[in-house]
Amino acid sequence: MDRYVSLVGPNRMVRPLELYRLRRRPPTEKTVDAGFRVLAVVLASVVAVLLLAILIVVFWGSLQSMGRYGWSFLVTSNWNPVKDEYGAFTAIYGTLVTSLLALLIAVPLGVGTAIFITENIIPLKIRSLIGLMVELLAAIPSVVLGLWAIFVMEPFIKPFLEFLHTTLGWLPLFSTNPMGPGIAPAVLILVVMILPIITAISRDSLNQVPLKLRQAAYGVGTTRWGAIFNVMLPAAISGIAGGVMLALGRAMGETMAVTMIIGNSNTFSWSLLAPGNTISAMLANQFGEADGSQVSSLMYAAFVLMILTLAVNVLAQWLVKRLSLKY
Amino acid sequence: MTLSTTADLRNNVPDLSYKRGLWRNVFNRLMTSLAALFAAIATLPLVAVLAYVLIKGGGMLNLRLFTARSTGLEGGGIGNAIIGTVIVTLLSALIAIPVGVGGGIFLAEYSRGGAFARFIRFGTNVMAGVPSIIAGVFVYIVIVQTRIIFGNSHSAIAGGIALSILMLPTVIKTTDEGLKLVPDDLRRAALGVGASRFVTILRITLPSAFTPIATGVVLSIARAAGETAPLIFTALFSPFWPNGIDSVFEPIATLSVLIYNFATSPYPYQNELAWAASFVLVLFILIINLFARWLGRFAAG
Repeated sequence: MDRYVSLVGPNRMVRPLELYRLRRRPPTEKTVDAGFRVLAVVLASVVAVLLLAILIVVFWGSLQSMGRYGWSFLVTSNWNPVKDEYGAFTAIYGTLVTSLLALLIAVPLGVGTAIFITENIIPLKIRSLIGLMVELLAAIPSVVLGLWAIFVMEPFIKPFLEFLHTTLGWLPLFSTNPMGPGIAPAVLILVVMILPIITAISRDSLNQVPLKLRQAAYGVGTTRWGAIFNVMLPAAISGIAGGVMLALGRAMGETMAVTMIIGNSNTFSWSLLAPGNTISAMLANQFGEADGSQVSSLMYAAFVLMILTLAVNVLAQWLVKRLSLKY
Repeated sequence: MTLSTTADLRNNVPDLSYKRGLWRNVFNRLMTSLAALFAAIATLPLVAVLAYVLIKGGGMLNLRLFTARSTGLEGGGIGNAIIGTVIVTLLSALIAIPVGVGGGIFLAEYSRGGAFARFIRFGTNVMAGVPSIIAGVFVYIVIVQTRIIFGNSHSAIAGGIALSILMLPTVIKTTDEGLKLVPDDLRRAALGVGASRFVTILRITLPSAFTPIATGVVLSIARAAGETAPLIFTALFSPFWPNGIDSVFEPIATLSVLIYNFATSPYPYQNELAWAASFVLVLFILIINLFARWLGRFAAG
């Protein structure tokens, strides 16, 4: 700080007048200024260039397979590297079913938790502790959750899955005997992974609802849950819907935990208790060792996944804009 | 006009006392218990995962674990994977932080909400949703397969680049939002006393926004340290110690890939190593997370 001259106080110094003369910017300063601006623009474009590059590379890699199978790739389910025949329906079905079912379970749980920690039912300290715990859950790496799922969760839920099979086995969804890894455990581990996203975003949206709205609702004589259902949730719906869509995108792209517990079977089965596959699990398992047309087919599957997640994410942004209430 | 007696009043005032049996009150209690139940279920996984990682992984801990290489054989450890995780995460941070902070500076300081800035913001949001495995596939095709980095195929730097693709959107967003919180008065004051744009940003706005940016960056580093999917075919794995500066261009072991490889292996000793590695990784990530939270609160209060 000694470069600045103090103008007040006992140690004040009288500045020479020339300090107050208009100063011309030296050319180097102008160059640095302009250069920094250009640098910032270039660095900002990196993200756009990368995104386009990813799209182009994945699309380019899948061209061969696209030309060979066309749309039938999406609806046929024989994945046979030996015979060199590929159809990704098993993986696409797995991706959609696991993520949608996980969403079905995680949305009530997450929104319910968010309501519980934004209402004043219990003391603030306990509520923030619950919030912190849910956020820390998001920090646990998915590979650790996968490890936990293999050795702890799967053996634990097996009796329940067997019960489902014996009582509801006549439904195609539960028609196979659970034998360890499968779609159902993958759904549960996905619930664990997307729960923090839904809870955190719902909590933030509920917290942003103006206090006046809630007070007005209580003023006209409603109960706590009357206010929640008729005032709080409708006011926060844009954020919650956006969070749910983000969670859906995350669930579809989630790789490690699902790969470790879904069983990686390329044979199609309607049953949730049978081993299955998702696009990302298939990529994680096969991409490293694939060659020839298998690479191209995997890239085609990756392209499908990319389009699915892109669509979901763009929809999420649009929903947030569209549904946001003006209050 | 007659004066109403107390008895009259009492008869006309509606009964305002709380009635437990009323449907809306029953419903209220029902929903409250349901929400409490959901909150309990939501915290259950963290408790269960942490308990198992602490008990099963913590029980494995001994000094040899940290001094031995990840051969996966009896007597093997996770020492090289710990160093590998640090190296790969640092490499990714070295790439993602300058690029991301630069992009964030452009969005917050230079853009005036034009089409280009909107496109970059949109791209950042879309990029945040790109599945991590796709980043791995992309880096594999562009860097590993082409051997573009001095003829090396699988390498720590390839893994670092893959991770940095995942970190980038977070760093851009936190920088953008952190800089937007800086009051415009500070910028005007700096420009008013004759500072250039560059100096204003470097000496005034960036330092004032340091805490939110640092918090976001630290959180994204914690996230990158636990990522596995982008590394399995870029950084691959290695049973050897990292070998000086060369290790950047060679395949490298990381804790997360070690957990993946050893968890799915049929050998019980490797499974146990996976638990021990989980313990170290989770501890590492939780500490970084709590540090970032403390950093945020420290500056706010």
